[in-house]
Amino acid sequence: MRVPTLLSLATALTALPLMSGSAFAVTEISWWHAMTGANNEVVETLSKEFNESQSEYKVTPVFKGTYPETLNAGIAAFRAKQPPHIIQVFDVGTGVMMAAEGAVKPVAEILSMGGATFDKSQYLPGIVAYYSKPDGTMLSFPYNSSSPILYYNKDIFTKAGLDAENPPKTWPEVFEAARKIKTSGAAACGYTSTWLTWIGLENFSAWNNLQYATHENGLASTDVELKINAEPFVKHFQTIADLAKEGVFRYGGRTSEAKQLFLSQECGIFTESSGGLGDVIKSGINYGLGQLPYYPDLQGAPQNTIPGGASLWVFGGKSDEEYKGVAAFFNFLSQTEIQSRLHQVSGYLPVTMAAFKATEESGFYEKNPGRKIPITQMMGKEPTENSRGVRLVNLPQVRDIQNEEFEKMLAGEQTAQQALDNAVKRGNEAIQQAIGN
Amino acid sequence: MSPRVTFPNKVLPYLLLAPQLAITLVFFYWPASQALYQSMLREDPFGLSTKFVWFQNFAKVLRDPNYLNSLNVTLIFAVATAVISMGVALVLAVMADRVVRGRGVYRTLLIWPYAVAPAIAGMLWLFMFNPTMGSFAYILRATGYNWDPLLNGNQAMVLLVSAAAWKQISYNFLFFVAGLQAIPKSLIEAAAIDGAGPTKRFWTIVFPLLAPTTFFLLVINTVYAFFDTFGIVHAVTGGGPGKATETLVYKVYSDGFVNLILGDSAAQSVILMVIVIALTAVQFRYVERRVHYG
Repeated sequence: MRVPTLLSLATALTALPLMSGSAFAVTEISWWHAMTGANNEVVETLSKEFNESQSEYKVTPVFKGTYPETLNAGIAAFRAKQPPHIIQVFDVGTGVMMAAEGAVKPVAEILSMGGATFDKSQYLPGIVAYYSKPDGTMLSFPYNSSSPILYYNKDIFTKAGLDAENPPKTWPEVFEAARKIKTSGAAACGYTSTWLTWIGLENFSAWNNLQYATHENGLASTDVELKINAEPFVKHFQTIADLAKEGVFRYGGRTSEAKQLFLSQECGIFTESSGGLGDVIKSGINYGLGQLPYYPDLQGAPQNTIPGGASLWVFGGKSDEEYKGVAAFFNFLSQTEIQSRLHQVSGYLPVTMAAFKATEESGFYEKNPGRKIPITQMMGKEPTENSRGVRLVNLPQVRDIQNEEFEKMLAGEQTAQQALDNAVKRGNEAIQQAIGN
Repeated sequence: MSPRVTFPNKVLPYLLLAPQLAITLVFFYWPASQALYQSMLREDPFGLSTKFVWFQNFAKVLRDPNYLNSLNVTLIFAVATAVISMGVALVLAVMADRVVRGRGVYRTLLIWPYAVAPAIAGMLWLFMFNPTMGSFAYILRATGYNWDPLLNGNQAMVLLVSAAAWKQISYNFLFFVAGLQAIPKSLIEAAAIDGAGPTKRFWTIVFPLLAPTTFFLLVINTVYAFFDTFGIVHAVTGGGPGKATETLVYKVYSDGFVNLILGDSAAQSVILMVIVIALTAVQFRYVERRVHYG
């Protein structure tokens, strides 16, 4: 394996200036992240502001590539015994990090080391629950969180004779509207979606209060069995497969490729992360926003959605002085004005209640009504066992398996029942293997 | 001239060899031995719990139907890529050999694509044929053809082979042109006087005499299709749809760096290493023979 070896070499080299830095009074804190473009600027600005606000600690952000690349760099660095202090890990990597108990230090512990007492109630419950152990200990610091919502094209709705001011709220309504868009000729396709796994399975189960996997979807134990071949999942995906055959649903790809189909006005309805709003605004199309659809006949639906995005993890084995610096930085990030600014500029969800309230009081949501949807979706109800999140030690692998089965289903090679049965069978085998059985 | 050049100093030759040996040690033997060691371990991504399992990972990989599938995919991909890129290159080389005016311009233009990196070649084809944004894909769909490589595995394979073969045509072209120039004109002229047409001359004289070049290119193209096409697969299909385009090299990457199963991934890379060594051995034997009889 050449790459990890090279990575560890690179890590050793980047660590050199850090070691020499400790000769001065300033304690250096390294922060590995995966933010590009405008979001990278936010990272740089935040670090700079923190460094200027005090003189004891200095945060150095380092861009490490895509989310998986950053995670791999962190793992390689840990194996080479040169991990950074803080690493940004995407939502699906959460299970990987949690399984590595000896490698990470819970954020709750670190925040209380900073002198300030850690008060969990300050943070948004839906987000904190996702990044906590079953006993409630917060393990990582939520940095950028998003939630899937519904986008629709108002021009296409008008052309198809649909009400452009009232987006469909339930899945049956979405499918009906999508058919109408196609048959009326208002657009080439009715409905498309990014991330069939994250939106169609993980959030679908939380939002409809369905079980995704045993043991609270993997939050209570790593030895879990998938439950995604239950009847409501099969019914939902069979409908999508049928719509795909009629050309009403178009598949775009495994991650966010389908966004292009909505931006080019080929599809009228679209489910995607709230974080994708920036591109939709930039494209200049006449769009509207709505809640993620649900099934009205399912008990408890709509429940709440699960956060996507990424959180900040702290590696173990550092000195107390360094952890105090990390704590100071996290406390800086939690400040209301920083959080509300982050939320309004980047479209990410605010992490603290105070930031949410401050944004509300500033009248931001009245001017941008769609921006409140992802927050109310996540906070509307107290999370249940089905909706606190999905955590598997190998979620990236399980998602790949699901995607493969979905692709065969959408190509007409198998039914939804077969696709989900296969996904469960193959997924369970992969989970058993990953936990060492 | 003496057949053996000897150094008067006993140390000097080792000193001269040292830099190359050091590079080989650091960048090949060390990582390769690490891979070999890793392939016999089963551990979590962070290396917190490690178990030595001897050859269990190899047994598991070789029994895995997905691995056999990806072996199959790789063979289809390699054969199709080699045949298409060599076939097209041979036709172009024979044609370019006949052109009298502007020969240099044709050749230069035909060689250009070789300078394109695999990942960029992949992106180019993706931009043309991706069903969500490609212009050619749009035209294909407008004619009523259901072009959807995102869901249709065969179409995805066609797209991959086209991108990989297109990139390799220039390289093959270059060698075929050189091979054609090495064929004595007198042989072809003699055949022409005997009344053999261009097609007959090609199949009875040119093609057999090109055999050494063709064989050399076959090895090179196979190695290329096996190992140098990761960038294209990564950019164009990511191994999908399903597992329809997951080649051996891509599987090493996805098992090791996406799924974080390091032992399996290392075992697969050791198997690949054995394949490369075998292919290289074939190539060396062949090159040596050519030196003897050429």
